[in-house]
Order: sequence, then structure tokens, then C-alpha cells
Amino acid sequence: MTVVEERPAPPAAPPPRRPNRLWALLRNSWRQLTSMRTALVLLFLLAVAAIPGSIFPQRAVDSQRVTEYYAAHPKLAPVLERLGGFEVYASPWFASIYLLLFTSLIGCVIPRLLDHIRSLRLAPPDAPKRLDRLPQSAPAVESSKTPAELAAMLRKRRFRVKLREHDDGSVTVSAEKGHLKETGNLIFHFALLAVLIGVGFGHWYGWHGNRILVAGADQGFCNSLAQYDDSTLGPRVTAADLPNFCLTLNNFEASYQPDTGQPKGFEATVGVTEDDGPVQTRDFTVNDPLRLHHANVHLIGHGYAVTVRYTDRYGESQTKTVPFLPVDGMFTSEGVAQFPDVNIDPKTNKRDATLQMGFEGRYLPTVGTGATSTYPAENAPALFLTAYRGDLGLDVGTPGSVYSLDQGQIETGDLKNISGERPHELKVGETWTLDDGSKLEFVGTRPYATLAIRYDPTQSLILVGAVLGLIGLMLSLGGHRRRVWFRALPASPDSSGGTLLAAGGLPRTDYPGFTDEFASLVKAAEEGNP
Amino acid sequence: MAELSNQLMAVTVLAYLAAMVLYAGEYAFGAKSRVGRAAVLPARELVGAGAPVPDDLPPAPVLVVSNSKRAEWVGRAAVGFNVLALLLHLGTLVTRGIAADRMPWGNMYEYILSATFVGSAVWAGVLLRRPALRHIGLFVSLALVLLLGADGMIAYTPVGPLVPALQSYWFIIHVSTIILASGILLIGAVPAAMFLIRDGYDRGKRRFPYTLGKSLPDATLLERLTFRLHAFAFPLFTFGALIAGPIWAEASWGRYWNWDPKEVWAFISWVVYAGYLHARATPSVKRTVATWIAILGFATMLMNLFGVNLFFSGLHSYANAGGM
Repeated sequence: MTVVEERPAPPAAPPPRRPNRLWALLRNSWRQLTSMRTALVLLFLLAVAAIPGSIFPQRAVDSQRVTEYYAAHPKLAPVLERLGGFEVYASPWFASIYLLLFTSLIGCVIPRLLDHIRSLRLAPPDAPKRLDRLPQSAPAVESSKTPAELAAMLRKRRFRVKLREHDDGSVTVSAEKGHLKETGNLIFHFALLAVLIGVGFGHWYGWHGNRILVAGADQGFCNSLAQYDDSTLGPRVTAADLPNFCLTLNNFEASYQPDTGQPKGFEATVGVTEDDGPVQTRDFTVNDPLRLHHANVHLIGHGYAVTVRYTDRYGESQTKTVPFLPVDGMFTSEGVAQFPDVNIDPKTNKRDATLQMGFEGRYLPTVGTGATSTYPAENAPALFLTAYRGDLGLDVGTPGSVYSLDQGQIETGDLKNISGERPHELKVGETWTLDDGSKLEFVGTRPYATLAIRYDPTQSLILVGAVLGLIGLMLSLGGHRRRVWFRALPASPDSSGGTLLAAGGLPRTDYPGFTDEFASLVKAAEEGNP
Repeated sequence: MAELSNQLMAVTVLAYLAAMVLYAGEYAFGAKSRVGRAAVLPARELVGAGAPVPDDLPPAPVLVVSNSKRAEWVGRAAVGFNVLALLLHLGTLVTRGIAADRMPWGNMYEYILSATFVGSAVWAGVLLRRPALRHIGLFVSLALVLLLGADGMIAYTPVGPLVPALQSYWFIIHVSTIILASGILLIGAVPAAMFLIRDGYDRGKRRFPYTLGKSLPDATLLERLTFRLHAFAFPLFTFGALIAGPIWAEASWGRYWNWDPKEVWAFISWVVYAGYLHARATPSVKRTVATWIAILGFATMLMNLFGVNLFFSGLHSYANAGGM
């Protein structure tokens, strides 16, 4: 993928045998694919193909926003869906670009690796006949240094050196330096391959899930698929592979700026049981996840869960704690409490689907003058609810949101608003008596933490790959391959053992500093000048 | 202190503006420039037309000398103002940091303020080592005035504390290396554009942007400077965006790479700059083509700096104009 360096022409190719057109086509396509021009085009395509992922919501990033996009653009969304617009980075066209690019990369770096190994083992080539034709050269001067001393001087400067004696009595010193540039370049490209493979394996063997964990021992969570709000397992992971641990949120602290309500800090305290061991108490927060064996627990959000007690017309009561989702930075939160199994006549013991209860509304941690909260902490909390009676539509079996009532049931009239247009306000401890004598009590709230639980087995490997790649990149960009030759001729017989030294230098990459380096080498070589 | 920072910011822009005007003055009156010569030539004709003047008294060279001397002083004044602007720029950043009691990198306004400072400091370094490049100061200061102006107008945010998501030592590592890299890459686009103009001029193009090429430094020099700035900034950018960023992302969001709009555009910039380095290392690709790729990279950086913050929302949204 980089410079094809000039090297001695390979021995003349054997005369072509019977041309095989298919073979020729394959060979030419392969050459085309591994050419620099193709690689550049593929790089450019990769950059262009990545753009849609920043424009359209991505399901892997935020599936909620994809749903919103569907609602906002009902015509365009299905088309985009078919084109992979919501899963750009998993789409076949994106994959085809990077797989082609990496194939091109392999086709380029493997031959280069072999070449490089060969050139590492080769001695620097002999000096050209006319040193003065090289980009850098110095005319012959007398010097008292012997070729062996020259070689030692060059070796000290970390050149690879080869001495050659010739029939005409001259000795050439060939020196070469800067193989690290190509080494670094190869390391960089192989590290990229390693990262790609690591990402692939991480995708296969990793898993993740999200879960809202409400404070309290009765609200604990154990790591099994059924207990997640949503989860994704890699193709090579089964539910049985998940590590065994349980969490209970013992405490959640959030602090805010007194004037603006901007968050200052969070702290979650959990009780952890791993592999049925003893309970440990651990703290974690944003930027400082809870690291368990083969799982990391990240704090990605928080909110309030509302506890309400509904006492039905027959005097039976049920208590529910339901998380309300914050809709703004001041934690105005929306949610619903549903009671499908209430108002059961104790005489018949039969459930009446028209008497199920649902309460939908908002929770404001600090009530101001408007319909939204004015501060994220619970300074003046209140619950604003609308009561619905009828069929909640939960028995149909289609999964719906647990944060709002089934709008379809309300539209068909199966679920009726029985409390009027204005939501009823409840303070903590207050009880609301409904038209049929049943009661709803606002018991209180508990904090909850939104947790992202993930495991990616290859991420440390990827980090190692990335760091190696960076090192290779720096070597590759900072290094310079260059060759220097000295030719020593025996000086005239009357002088005392001195030599006539001529020098030449060839930078093999663009290297403006070579002039200075060459000059200093020549100076060092001539130091013994009589 | 926040107020002082805002005032310093305004003065900084004015100082860059003054430096720009002076660079432009040197550009116009310098002996090398077209304008300078054009100004000299009619003078000779005027003298010739007014009275019979002996041929052995050529007024033009005298004028050129005085012109270039004046231009030299104007140029030095420009550098002076440039350095003054750099110091004021530093002052703006420091006072901003003191006012907020943290590193001034918490939002888009502060980010651009820092990135342009890095660019300006790198330019000052280049100026120190290669005074011959002073002629492109006009375009450097123009770029700085435009970026800072856009920053102050579009992205201004009052001083505020950091949201908890940013309270991590990776904040300093990740953001500082990216600011450093983007500053250098942003300033690297100036010699890139100048090279394209100069090269076009050398190849005989005489349409508008190429006419500027006449008084620009040697094309090879500009091209080499472009490459060295990019080759220096690219590993920094790699570290900041593709190593430090993912490490922090893993600790903060659980995933080292989230395809967040900001990450997508950083990836795009990285790919484009990688393309530039490859193109430049390939003898069969013309240097002008390679340099155009660098300019494209600059465009993607600008998109990431302004476009992503203003049009898209994502995990990096606390960098938004307006704070949170």
C-alpha cells in the first residue's frame, strides 16, 4: 500500500507458456485490487460510506430514535431500512468496502513482509561505479582512516555495514540504515488487521444488556436474559454462557448545582453476589464502572421510581413500584402504573377485564408553577395522574411499552378516562379516592439506576493492537531509509598508509535532513585528514 | 474573571485582524509582489513622461528598495502583532480556565478556542524556524480570525462546571491530544492551500486564486511543510481519537466505539488523512492530488468541529453550543 521501492530488476521472466485467459483475468484483477490506486479509492469510499451513519439514527446506538424516525418519516423510513440506513455499520455494502480494503491490504503487506525479511538479511549492496552521480557525494580526499575504522564509525551510528575488497585494490564500505521505517509500516498494517479481527471476535463472543435497577432489596437483579429490559447476545453466546451474579441497589446519590440544577456527581452503592459467594458492597459511578468477572456494569442514567398502593372496591390492596422515565434535565418523569388483577369479586373469584385499572402521568421532583419540574432533586415532589378503567390490553400478548398505556385501547373506548382532563395531584402519603370508592395512595419514591452491562472478550487485545499500530505508525512516519558508500583507494605510495576516500549517499525516501547527515558522516570519515 | 476572558477574546481577534492587515500590507507593497511591481512601473513612466530625464538615472530600483524596506517593516510589525495576538489568545484561555476552575476544554466554544491557539502557536514556531514562510501569514491569520469569529458568534457558552460524564482524567488526555492534533491539522491546511496556489501559478495558471501564488514561498517548501505538519499531527490524532477516546468511552459508556456522530466524523477524518499520507508516499500519485486530499481532510475536520455539534445530537453532545 505504499511505495514500491526500486530494486534490482528481477531476472527476465520465462517466456509465457500457453496463455490461460481465466488465470490472466484473475491475476490482473488481483493486481488491480492490491494496487495503491484501488486502496486509495476504497479508503475514500469507506469515508463516504460512513457518513449516513452520522445522519440517520442507528439501531445499535439508539433504537428509540429509530422508532421516532419511523414516526416522523413514515414513507422514507422503510426505504432506508431496506438500504440498511439504520444499521450502516452492519450493512453488506459497508462490510464489502472494508473487507475489500483489508483484502487489498493483505495482498499488499504479505509480499512486502517477505521482501522486507529478505532485505533485512541482505547485506547492503556494493557501491555504484560513479559515486558522484548520486544525490549526495563528496570528492576523494586523503584520509588516515582505514576502511575498518570507517566501518566501525558507521556501525557506531547504527548503520548496517559491509566491507568489500576489489581486485583493483580499492575497498568499498557500504552502509544502510532505516529499516525500521518499513518495519514500523508493516507493524502498523498488521496491527490494523489484528484490530479488525479483534472487533469481529468481540462481536461474536460479546454480549450486552440494559436494565433499570430500582433501589431496595426487593428489587434485586440476577444476570439472566429474562431479567434484562433489553439485551443482545453475540452469535456465539448462549443464555447459559452468561456469568452468574446478582445485584441489589442499596443506595443512589446524585448531587446537583444549587442554582442551575446541572448534575455534579453520582454514586451508586450495590450489593454484589458473584457465583453464589458472599455479598460484597461496592461503589461505582459514571466513568468508573463496576468490574465483575466477565462483565462490566456501567452507570448510564438514573431516575425516580414511584411506589403507589391501589385499594380496590372490595378492599384488596396491591403495591407497585414503577420506574418513571425522565423527559428533561430537571427530571420531569413520565410513567404508568397498571393493575390488571384488581376488582376481582370475592364471590365469583372471576377477573373482570372491564375493571382493570391504569394510572398514567408525570412525577415532578420539584413542583414549580408549570407542568414540568424546576429542579432535579426531590425538593417538592408531586405526582400528577390520570386514572383509566377498562381493558388494559395486556392479555393480547403483544409487547407494549411499560411506560405508557396502550393508546389503541383508549381509542377504541375499551379503556376509559375516569378522572377528567386535569391530572390529579398527589403529594407523598396522600390518598386519592376514585368514583367507585377505590383508592390510590402515593406511598413514596425510590431512586433507580440505569445500568448497561457488557462483556467484550477482545477489547484488551484490540487496545494492544491499537497501541502497536500507533508505535508502528510513528516509526513509519519518522524513519528514513538511506544508503551511504565510501570507496577507499590506496593513496600514493609516498604518503604514510593514508587512503583516498570518496563518498556517496542515497536517501531512499523524501528526507530533507539527509544533506546534513551525509555531511557529518563525511566529516567524521575525514577526521584523520593529515 | 469570565468577563475578562471574554474581553480578552475580543482583543485577541482584533490583534489577529491587525496582524492580518499588516501581512496584507506587506503582501501588497513587498518587492516580490505583483502589486508592488505594478506600483513601481507607472512611477517610472510618470517621471519619463513629465520631463526629459537622462537615461542614466533609473528611478525604479530606488523605489523598489524603499518599497521593500517599508514592506519589511510592515512585515515585522505583522509578526509583532501576530505574537501579541498569540499571547492575548493564551490569556483568554488561562482566564477562562481560572473562571471555570478547570481545563478550558469543556464545550465547543472552549474547544475551538484551544484548537486555534494550538494552530497559532504552531504557526509561530514555523515562523521562527523558517522566516521565509512569512508571506503565508496573511492566510494563517485570516483562517484564525474566521475560526475565532465563528467560535465567538456561533458557539459562545457562558462559563460552567463540567457535567459528571466529563469528570475523568481521560478528559485531559483525550481532549488535549485531540485539540493539539486538530490545531495542527487545521493550520496544516494553510500551507496545503498555498502549495496548490503556488504550484498552479508555477504551471502558468493566471486565474484569480493562482495570481496570489507569485509572492508565495517556493512550492516544494510549502509542500514539505504541509507533509511534516500532517505527519506530526496524524499519530497524535490517532492516539487522541482512536486510542484515548475508546479507552474513556469503554469506562464511561461501556463500549469502546459507539458510532456516535462525532466518532463517525473523526473516523472519516482519520481515513481521509490516512489517504493523504498514502497518496503522498506513492510516487505515481501527483503531489497536487495528495494535497487536495489533505484539503478534503480539513473539510471533514471543520464538519466535525461545527457541523456535528450543531446539526447532530449524540453522546458527545455536551460539547454542544450552549453547554449541556
